[in-house]
Amino acid sequence: MTNHASHATKASQPTKATTPPLWLLAELTYQCPLHCPYCSNPVNMEETFNELTTSQWKRVFKEAREMGAVQLGFSGGEPLLRKDLEELVAYARELGFYTNLITSGIGMTEKRIARLKDAGLDHIQLSFQSANAEVNDLIGNKRHSFKQKLNIAKLVKAYNYPMVLNFCITAQNIHEIEEVMALSTELKADFVELATVQYYGWAYENREHLLPTQSQLEEAEQAINRYRDQQCGGPKFMFVTPDYYENRPKACMNGWGTTFLTVTPDGSALPCHSAKILPLTFPNVKGSSVQHIWEHDFSFNHFRGDDWMPSPCKTCDEKDKDFGGCRCQAFLLTGDMHKTDPVCDKSPDHHLMKTITDNAGQPASSTLKFRTVKNAIPVKMIQDVTA
Amino acid sequence: MTNKSNTPSMNPLFRLQYEKVQDGYVLLFPEGMIKLNPSASEILTLVDGVRSTEDIAVALRKAFPDAPEDLEEDVTVFLQHAEEKKWVVYD
Repeated sequence: MTNHASHATKASQPTKATTPPLWLLAELTYQCPLHCPYCSNPVNMEETFNELTTSQWKRVFKEAREMGAVQLGFSGGEPLLRKDLEELVAYARELGFYTNLITSGIGMTEKRIARLKDAGLDHIQLSFQSANAEVNDLIGNKRHSFKQKLNIAKLVKAYNYPMVLNFCITAQNIHEIEEVMALSTELKADFVELATVQYYGWAYENREHLLPTQSQLEEAEQAINRYRDQQCGGPKFMFVTPDYYENRPKACMNGWGTTFLTVTPDGSALPCHSAKILPLTFPNVKGSSVQHIWEHDFSFNHFRGDDWMPSPCKTCDEKDKDFGGCRCQAFLLTGDMHKTDPVCDKSPDHHLMKTITDNAGQPASSTLKFRTVKNAIPVKMIQDVTA
Repeated sequence: MTNKSNTPSMNPLFRLQYEKVQDGYVLLFPEGMIKLNPSASEILTLVDGVRSTEDIAVALRKAFPDAPEDLEEDVTVFLQHAEEKKWVVYD
């Protein structure tokens, strides 16, 4: 875009971008055979259709790669539901991307694993809901999914892919950390994310059920350390804890608009995969080039740097470490996306965290909301609740 | 480890690649990237599973005749570091 005059709207600005989008997350589809109640996808389920075409995705990959993007995550929903996945992987690999498939494994076959290998896929990340078949199938709300995942894990290794296993940890399965680690070792995983669920999307709706208590987290950490101490070779385990119990916020997305670019199934471009909940208008790749979006769109520039920061962030000597924390979390918990992330104990809203964590393990409602169309929450209602 | 070879090869978990925008070589791995400095890049681009550690040092000496005396030692130290980081493996 050389003619900036034609974009002299609120959406177009002189850029504050100082780095290229190194990480491109391509959410190919929101459709998924599983219905996990902690899915980070939007809770309105209105964007399940109107997906980008193969050639539109290719254009996005090409433009991002030209800007210096190196990591490409094929995600969703379940990316295997896209019939053109192999074609997109092959194209991305040809452009020089390191290609990551982030999958539930449901719908994978040996034929497709082989075809993806031929296409040049670099790595497969497989998610598990539990190390226990019954719990796994219950959380994903799909029968026999555990058995399928085990078979796929074996195929991933048989076809010489680096394999990352991602176990989503919640109050429902945190007690089985040792079984999770034993299973990961047996399956010969290279890396294992023991990822306590982050509370966005469906997970935010179900937070009171999902959030482990502090003592559960401490026990899990001890179990992990015990396992690591007697480990000889085997997977590298990474334990991701929920920041609700911390005193400093996470450096969300390594800073807004510095590293990450998410493109959703319908082509919306976001600085993080949760950002669509924010009261900002996000651009769409159907109407702009990736470069124009990254460099000049209002939404991408809005939280870049520290001009936007409120007190106490503005004068804080740690502002370059955590960038004020997570904008989505500030919005979800305080209703104002410009506020300091309430996880920070310097935030005037930090007391909110204590109210939430004090109630961990004692949910007021009796049932988990699974990610289904029936449970979908209309967009307007979300805005009313959070306004 | 008595029979450990002296010939490093790249760990297939990592991909070494030149990145124009980064103006140098990077190591790519699942969901991550390490930017390499010029000397690390010179060494790793010679790791091919055929050259021994000594061969790599000799090749570098040939390419950089004016390099400081401790070049050979630097190669050894770096490759030890690379092995610890699992970037390279010895069969």
